[in-house]
Amino acid sequence: MKRRTGASSMVYLCLVLLFLYLPIFLLIVLSFNGTNSTSVMRGFSFKWYYELFHDDATIQAFYNTIVLAVTSAVTATFIGTLAAIGIDKMKKGLRKTTIMTVTDIPMMNPEIVTGVSMMLLFVFIGSILGMNGVLGFWTLFIAHVTFSLPYVILNVLPKLRQTDHNIFEAARDLGCTQISAFFKVVLPSILPGIFSGLIMAFTLSLDDFIISYFVSGPRFQTLPIRIFSMTKKRVTPDMYALSTLMFVTILVLLILVNVFQNKSDSSKKKEVGSDV
Amino acid sequence: MNKKASLGQRLCAAPHILWSAIFIVVPLLMVVYYAFTDASGAFSLEGIRRLSDYTTTFLRSLWFGIIATIICLVIAYPLAYVISQLKVKSQAVTIMLVMVPMWMNFLLRTYSWMTLLEDSGVINNILGKLGIGPFHMINTGGAVILGMVYNFLPYMILPIYTVMTKLDHSLIEAAQDLGANKLRVIRDVVMPSTRSGVISGITMVFVPSVSTFYISQKLGGGSFSLIGDVIEMQFQVSNNFNFGASLSFVLMILILICIAVMNRFGEKDENGGVII
Repeated sequence: MKRRTGASSMVYLCLVLLFLYLPIFLLIVLSFNGTNSTSVMRGFSFKWYYELFHDDATIQAFYNTIVLAVTSAVTATFIGTLAAIGIDKMKKGLRKTTIMTVTDIPMMNPEIVTGVSMMLLFVFIGSILGMNGVLGFWTLFIAHVTFSLPYVILNVLPKLRQTDHNIFEAARDLGCTQISAFFKVVLPSILPGIFSGLIMAFTLSLDDFIISYFVSGPRFQTLPIRIFSMTKKRVTPDMYALSTLMFVTILVLLILVNVFQNKSDSSKKKEVGSDV
Repeated sequence: MNKKASLGQRLCAAPHILWSAIFIVVPLLMVVYYAFTDASGAFSLEGIRRLSDYTTTFLRSLWFGIIATIICLVIAYPLAYVISQLKVKSQAVTIMLVMVPMWMNFLLRTYSWMTLLEDSGVINNILGKLGIGPFHMINTGGAVILGMVYNFLPYMILPIYTVMTKLDHSLIEAAQDLGANKLRVIRDVVMPSTRSGVISGITMVFVPSVSTFYISQKLGGGSFSLIGDVIEMQFQVSNNFNFGASLSFVLMILILICIAVMNRFGEKDENGGVII
């Protein structure tokens, strides 16, 4: 059943990948440049990495980004998983359709509109409370939870549909309370969906710029916002160093996830082989 | 089989419903409210009337978005097919390679294109050594479209690839056995069964392209401002929330119409890979 892949298709594939990676490679090369010119390469140096680690504002922004991503992803996963359970139990009808449609709005709407609409709400509430500068950690947190929720729900719902309701009933008949039956039977079977929802929420939050840009204030900067304010002027090469580090981290993480998945796949196969 | 949901199960969705009502529905209502009022809060059509000053910007955004989407489709469709024909292991690696650039901060990647395309930038430098050029590439409409294609191409590749992998190869063989040539196989078998992936790809490229604001500032040099740039300026520079809301409102309606039209072309397919 092996299908042959022609040489021309391989050339095409490589060309598109080259297009995708060209700017990234350029950033990596420039990060080791001895001068801060983008057209002249002079020498190899770690100077920009040194500067990056001594730039307190960037380090603080990085720290803020991680705190925001962890807290918003965990919250979104919690609310979203509960919501998926509730939605799964709902009867088909107007109520369910309405909830699903509203849930999907942040995915369908242009990000700039989502950002702007939340900014209007926060500024409005701020003016009622008479607070100046409401925009900060909490507004970012609310925005990130909001745009992550649909992704969590859409990851958990299919797993719930696949769960065999009879096992839950069996656990109830054998004396489990509703709650303990849920934790012993339903939760383990939807855990992979919850986990991928969590990861997705986390990465979305890490990378978000457009929505964050409208709901953040000067007191709490995330890394993408810091990068934005730096690319407004002529960028110093420590930004290139930063992107190189980000690229390497992403690559390592992805390889780890892949290796981990392969391992768990093969161990699952073994389990099935020995248990059944 | 589905017994009546208990009170506890029904309450599960409550936090999410409350959250969506406050942070999705109310903000959108705020956009509508601000769009039709003036700074004092009185009803006004001033914002809507002023929109006509920006007809060119709206048309340019739509035009650039359409061109970028078409280019993405033309690049991604054959590419997705090529990837789906690879061995399963190489497929996973290639898809990972396609996804990695998406996780790099898009501001930095766009900025990198700026240094590539500049009059004294990397590409002109290399061409100069070969005795060609220099070409003026930055601050043109083409550069803006290139930025869109570059940033959103993976969003087109992934959903199309997902449906390609589900393609039933016995159908293709059957068509060939019945005497169809390559072109007819593609037109009558491959294309209809990959339509859902194409539709979600188009939506996922078109919506962010039309509403982008960073790419046009960096690669268009201010002379090709898009609707996103105007909205961003109203909120972050001129502090004219009312006019900004009018623009956002119209952008939202425009995109909703586009999505509705797109969805009419493709029958709703539950398996269509909307989520990556």
